[in-house]
Amino acid sequence: MGYPHPIHPKETPVLSTYFGDPDARSYQGWVARGGYQALRQTLGMTPEAIVDEVKASGLRGRGGAGFPTGLKWSFMPKDGTRPHYLCCNADESEPGTFKDREIMRWTPHALIEGCAIASLAIRAETCVIFIRGEYTEPYRIMEDAVAEAYAEGVVGANAMGSGKRIEILLHRGAGAYICGEETALMNAVEGKRGNPRIKPPFPAVAGLFGLPTTINNVETLAAVPHIITRGAAWYAGLSLSNPKSTGTKLISVCGHVQRPGTYEITMGLPMQELIFDLCGGMKPGRTLKAVIPGGSSVPIMTPDEVAACATDYEGIAAQGSLLGSGGMIVMDDTTDMVYQIMRLARFYAHESCAQCTNCREGTAWTTKILERILRGEGKPSDLDLLLDLADNMTGKTICVLSDSCATPVVSGIAKFRGEFEAYLSGARTPIAVGA
Amino acid sequence: MSAELISLTIDGMTVAVPKGTTLIEAAKQAGVLVPHYCYHPSLPSPAVCRMCLVEVEKLPKLVPSCVTPAAEGQVVHVHSPAARKAREGVLEFLLINHPLDCPICDQAGECELQDFVFQEGRAGTRYADEAKRWNPVEDFGSDILYVANRCILCTRCVRFMDDVAETPVLNISERGDRAYVGIDEGERLDHEWSGNVVDLCPVGSLISKDFLHKARAWDLDKTASICTGCTQGCNVTLDLRDEVVVRIRPRPNLDVNRHFICDTGRADYRWMNRGDRVEAPLVVRDDRLVATDWDEALERAAETLAANAGPVVVLAGGRASSESIGWVMQLLRGRQVSAAMKVPLGEEVPLAGIPNLALRRERAANLHGARLLGMDADWSDALAAASGAAVVVILDATMDDAEVEALRGSGAVIHLATVLDPRLPALAAVLPVTTVAEEQGVYVNRDGRAQRYLPAKTPQGMARPAWWVAAQIWQRADDSRQAPDTASEAFAALAPFAGMTHRDLGFTGRVVPTMAEAAS
Amino acid sequence: MSAGHDAPPYVPVFQGETKARLEALAERYPTRQALLLPALWMVQEAHGWVPPEGIAEIAEQLGLTPATVRGVVSFYTMYHTHPVGRHFIQVCTTSPCNMCGAEDVVRALLEHSGCGEVGATSPDGRFTVIEVECLGACAFVTPLLIDDDFIESVTPESVPALLARYS
Repeated sequence: MGYPHPIHPKETPVLSTYFGDPDARSYQGWVARGGYQALRQTLGMTPEAIVDEVKASGLRGRGGAGFPTGLKWSFMPKDGTRPHYLCCNADESEPGTFKDREIMRWTPHALIEGCAIASLAIRAETCVIFIRGEYTEPYRIMEDAVAEAYAEGVVGANAMGSGKRIEILLHRGAGAYICGEETALMNAVEGKRGNPRIKPPFPAVAGLFGLPTTINNVETLAAVPHIITRGAAWYAGLSLSNPKSTGTKLISVCGHVQRPGTYEITMGLPMQELIFDLCGGMKPGRTLKAVIPGGSSVPIMTPDEVAACATDYEGIAAQGSLLGSGGMIVMDDTTDMVYQIMRLARFYAHESCAQCTNCREGTAWTTKILERILRGEGKPSDLDLLLDLADNMTGKTICVLSDSCATPVVSGIAKFRGEFEAYLSGARTPIAVGA
Repeated sequence: MSAELISLTIDGMTVAVPKGTTLIEAAKQAGVLVPHYCYHPSLPSPAVCRMCLVEVEKLPKLVPSCVTPAAEGQVVHVHSPAARKAREGVLEFLLINHPLDCPICDQAGECELQDFVFQEGRAGTRYADEAKRWNPVEDFGSDILYVANRCILCTRCVRFMDDVAETPVLNISERGDRAYVGIDEGERLDHEWSGNVVDLCPVGSLISKDFLHKARAWDLDKTASICTGCTQGCNVTLDLRDEVVVRIRPRPNLDVNRHFICDTGRADYRWMNRGDRVEAPLVVRDDRLVATDWDEALERAAETLAANAGPVVVLAGGRASSESIGWVMQLLRGRQVSAAMKVPLGEEVPLAGIPNLALRRERAANLHGARLLGMDADWSDALAAASGAAVVVILDATMDDAEVEALRGSGAVIHLATVLDPRLPALAAVLPVTTVAEEQGVYVNRDGRAQRYLPAKTPQGMARPAWWVAAQIWQRADDSRQAPDTASEAFAALAPFAGMTHRDLGFTGRVVPTMAEAAS
Repeated sequence: MSAGHDAPPYVPVFQGETKARLEALAERYPTRQALLLPALWMVQEAHGWVPPEGIAEIAEQLGLTPATVRGVVSFYTMYHTHPVGRHFIQVCTTSPCNMCGAEDVVRALLEHSGCGEVGATSPDGRFTVIEVECLGACAFVTPLLIDDDFIESVTPESVPALLARYS
């Protein structure tokens, strides 16, 4: 497979340092690049000390929610009466997001090491890495790396000779976006339909197999070894902006940029630089129209908002959107916003697990309305109807898939209303979709 | 065990509930029904229908009241604008793919979707231009049809089979708006307790073939009764249309059957509608049975008893009320009596997820009442004694040929009957009695719980309750005797139930004190 | 499902080496139901799809009812509940790919594979093409899966040569 791009001067490679270097995939290659030092170090530390170090780094969950990782780890029981689990969420499925794939493809041992350290921190003897079924290549690479790690004694019954048990299990998904939701993922591992569970109970109390569980994203876990070896202060100090957003972030950029790909930036890099310098901006003759900055479920940003935006949790929030998973969809002036929003709604309708009424029916109905608008069969009242359905789909279900479908609709109508109205009035040529 | 009480306010009413009570149950105690579909008090709550969302002050989002425990000092609004809008939204979502076939749907009139839409839904549709989801009707087996188009995917049926019947033959198949309740090819919904999914279904998606198109819900007269199928004593409702029993459904009793009955009990009603009943008292005149009035028939029965000195055998059917058994025994007091109830035996079929609930081996509703009232002989012993008996009293027992044969040699037979049995020898009188559907009375179940059933229909012909018949004969023997006028009086006079009245049995019964002691 | 011949009798999957693989996994999980997704993969690997007999076999192996297994199978889109072509092609058409020409790639695939329409199997039984939602390789438009091969940056022009690699 081709890829990756040469590192851009404005990138800050930490996790991505060895992307594109096939030698980094093997155990020997990884060790030669400083790998497994952090694990060795943490095997001599108390769980509390590991948690404190990660807390001090300011690392926040890279899967989308941005919850402080050290704090999450500290929720795990300390009494040791029941087995604990670590789950690694490698079910990367949010449209526009493909950063974890690169971690697994190029630096599988970084993830294994991160999993091992996190297992120590939360007193888990078993880590289940759940990889989406479509990621066949990352799965094979991870499979080889886990086998190597066992063969080298890095993990297993006696990890690195420490006497501590760290088991790593790979579990392959089979095509369900919703399994990226943490409790749905646990149901999938348990051999059930991937339905999100009601919270409470939270996973730290009753997670995988009903046992205390912490679940972390691939990128989060892969950052941990760096924090251990180079120190929390170093990691926190990488931030360009707000101290609440520390370290680096992998941003996967796709859509209408000249150089789509996964870029590692320090938190706070201006979004304008990311899009126009790192990614080379729009194709000749095209202009930026919109950006969905954090995976398809976050509000759409306009060029003005992009121009004013620092790429970190707070900076994007200040512009009314979310950093989310860091999957950035860039759209140029050729983009039919109504059509693309319909595609996103169709995605969510396809992926709804069917549990909650609002999501099951709302995502499908929203799609049908968008399709009829595109067909030129929309009614003037349809935009109000879409917004009202979006309200009925927001904040009312077990998980946020329903909200995720509503968000691009609401922000799309707010920011690109004219395009919807052009279909409604007949000013735009209808497109044959749906029905 | 005294549970800690929590005080909270629901729609302006302050209630105190035990700690751990969910908001939906707390609201019931405040007299507020929170509309809901997936929630059911006898099933685990998945909180998926999103219908029971309520507003709790100081919480950022609406919460599902079915899984949210009440907390001290909470202020809950079930009918605030935000909560109502949320439910209106859910109702609209549920309706977009739901057919408007209420006029041909058996559930209409007792449909929770119809009710809540009427109560809180939008007046018009905003889904006029799109096709509705369509799937064919599936035969799920035994008595159950699945009308997928009406399904709102509340999953009550799936959870009942998974978590209560512990026989997971149903599933949710597919995802999103393509989802439906599935059954595996080759499997059938023929579990002994599977009929409950029809009752659990809040809409007309799971329907009974037996009840199909028999009646509109609003044409049904409903009467609280007790199942006569076994000694469990499940609480049921008899549904009648124009004096015809058309359906038996469970009636909640958390101490006996929670919300469930077995399929055997559910199907056991056709005999209540038999047309070939004994309509009038019959006496033997010139070797022929002829119809007469109650006066002559009672007189004839009294004479028969007086004229035939010696031991008496009583053979009762399993549906005899405590009042009837008690007054037959009272009538025969002072004589040598061998009295037994006929108890057909079957296989015990428990409902796995509910403690102490099963279709019991002993298929007689009032076996334990009979024992309590002194009807405690073995059926075979009593039958063996019949040929030498002076009188045999048959209390609506169904006899096979061998049993009829065993009566030969007895001095006389008095038959308190619902249906004439021409095979019976030495018949002196046939006294028409009412069925469980036509009288009120008390059964005692295997746990000693005395439970009351009420009359659902007019007695057939001249039939009277067997206790009345027995008491009238009893009164004729002595002018000073005063027979009871009502079933309540008949019950109150029975020694084992001393201190209990029909009224205080209520709708869920009470354990007979002597049996409670015996049990402990 | 255009196969014009009788299906061969079902050969059980969980015997010998595959059974050993399953039981080795069983030791690593606290429940047998946790083996359901892996077991379904094993059946699909062996048969190319998950036939009803496979569902029954798994149910028996894991102590579940076929209904439970079927409910799970139908949740995950990568399990085939019908026979498919020898090579199963999944093309991403979600927004990021869609914006950059994925629908043209679908058209090219349908034309050159002989499938004609999405979801259909080519008359020679060689290919089935379906559209899928996000494959998670949005920078490499258009990504697709042919069986377990993940292929990036497919264009309408590259389709004929690509298909030629699969007989």
